[in-house]
Amino acid sequence: MTNVGVVGAGVMGTGVAQDLAHHGHRVVLVDNNADALDEALAKIELDCRMSRMLGGPAIDAEAVLAQITVGTSLDLLAETEVVIENITENWDLKSALYKQMDVACKADTVFVANTSAIPITKIGALTSRPDKVMGVHFMNPVPMKTACEFIPGYHTSEQTKDTVRALLDSIGKKAIPVNDASGFVSNRVLMLTVNEAAFLVHEGVADAKTVDEVFRSCFGHPMGPLETADLIGVDTILYSVEVLYEQFNDSKYRPCPLLKKMTDAGLHGRKSGKGFYTYQSMG
Amino acid sequence: MSNDARTEIRTFITTKFPDVTFSDEEDIFALGFVNSLFAMELVMFIEKAFGTRIPNEELHLGNFRSVALMADLVARQTSAAVG
Ligand SMILES: NC(=O)c1ccc[n+]([C@@H]2O[C@H](COP(=O)([O-])OP(=O)(O)OC[C@H]3O[C@@H](n4cnc5c(N)ncnc54)[C@H](O)[C@@H]3O)[C@@H](O)[C@H]2O)c1
Repeated sequence: MTNVGVVGAGVMGTGVAQDLAHHGHRVVLVDNNADALDEALAKIELDCRMSRMLGGPAIDAEAVLAQITVGTSLDLLAETEVVIENITENWDLKSALYKQMDVACKADTVFVANTSAIPITKIGALTSRPDKVMGVHFMNPVPMKTACEFIPGYHTSEQTKDTVRALLDSIGKKAIPVNDASGFVSNRVLMLTVNEAAFLVHEGVADAKTVDEVFRSCFGHPMGPLETADLIGVDTILYSVEVLYEQFNDSKYRPCPLLKKMTDAGLHGRKSGKGFYTYQSMG
Repeated sequence: MSNDARTEIRTFITTKFPDVTFSDEEDIFALGFVNSLFAMELVMFIEKAFGTRIPNEELHLGNFRSVALMADLVARQTSAAVG
């Protein structure tokens, strides 16, 4: 059992906290927005209750929730051995946070960055412990996914890799090692695909449903790119494409204006109840 | 009660899937348009719309296969709450 801090209780942090708690780890879940913490606990409870119905194992929601402590202060991370960071994909927010975590945590606490596209070496450089900073690109929804990208930064030590690999093993995640580069393997390809799919809607070539239908019926994909955008978060897609654009200075990563408009309008996908499609919200 | 529940549940489903037609007794999962996300939305909708919390032992697909079965589930929950 490991004492794990999870920072950011949005789509990813909620899934990571649930998965760790379900596998017996102690979890401290921190978000600077108290409402996000309430929603995270409600989502974890519902997910556990629904598990058996959706073909998974029966999960005792109360036992899972009992493993999780929540709060808005980084001081709660003082005793953690590993901290998994899942805040908004925004360089200014992340850079401020890593500097604060560097102070709030013990010197030997390992930091795991769950980012969509920011290079891990760049994140490591924010701290006094670049050897203890590792990238893990979890897949969404975390409790249902059995693999992740495993991305050491330039200075990441073997010991840090071992610690993180062991933690991933304990929650049944296969770690696929890839080298550090913006977007890693998955999002170099996926974000461009989703961005281009948004352009098709933006230009009126097809509506969202039709774009997804082509991917489902012609390619046999279980979900089309715009359903996937709603699952990930339309805002997160935009921020990730923006990071790729900044990192490579290549115009092929120009973000689709429709993604910007949807993000500004609060059409963030499943998590906000509306994106390319409409959903029943938790609230 | 049960008829009202049927109407509300049917409206919820058809708002989401306007192109699909099905009877109250038909297995909506067998029709193939209901996925796991929608199953979760159905549970959230029923709990919210009928002000009930479905107990764990009732949370299985068998209770959500058709509009009629869901309305029966609602009736059981609300009568349990009253009685
Ligand atoms: N959504 C996905 O499918 C996915 C997959 C893999 C990786 N990621 C990455 O994971 C990270 C989180 O993404 P998400 O989809 O969960 O985002 P989200 O928008 O759902 O949640 C972000 C959370 O971070 C919180 N937050 C922001 N600044 C904070 C701070 N300084 N301190 C504490 N909490 C703070 C917000 O309140 C919010 O609850 C991003 O870097 C994203 O790129 C996302």
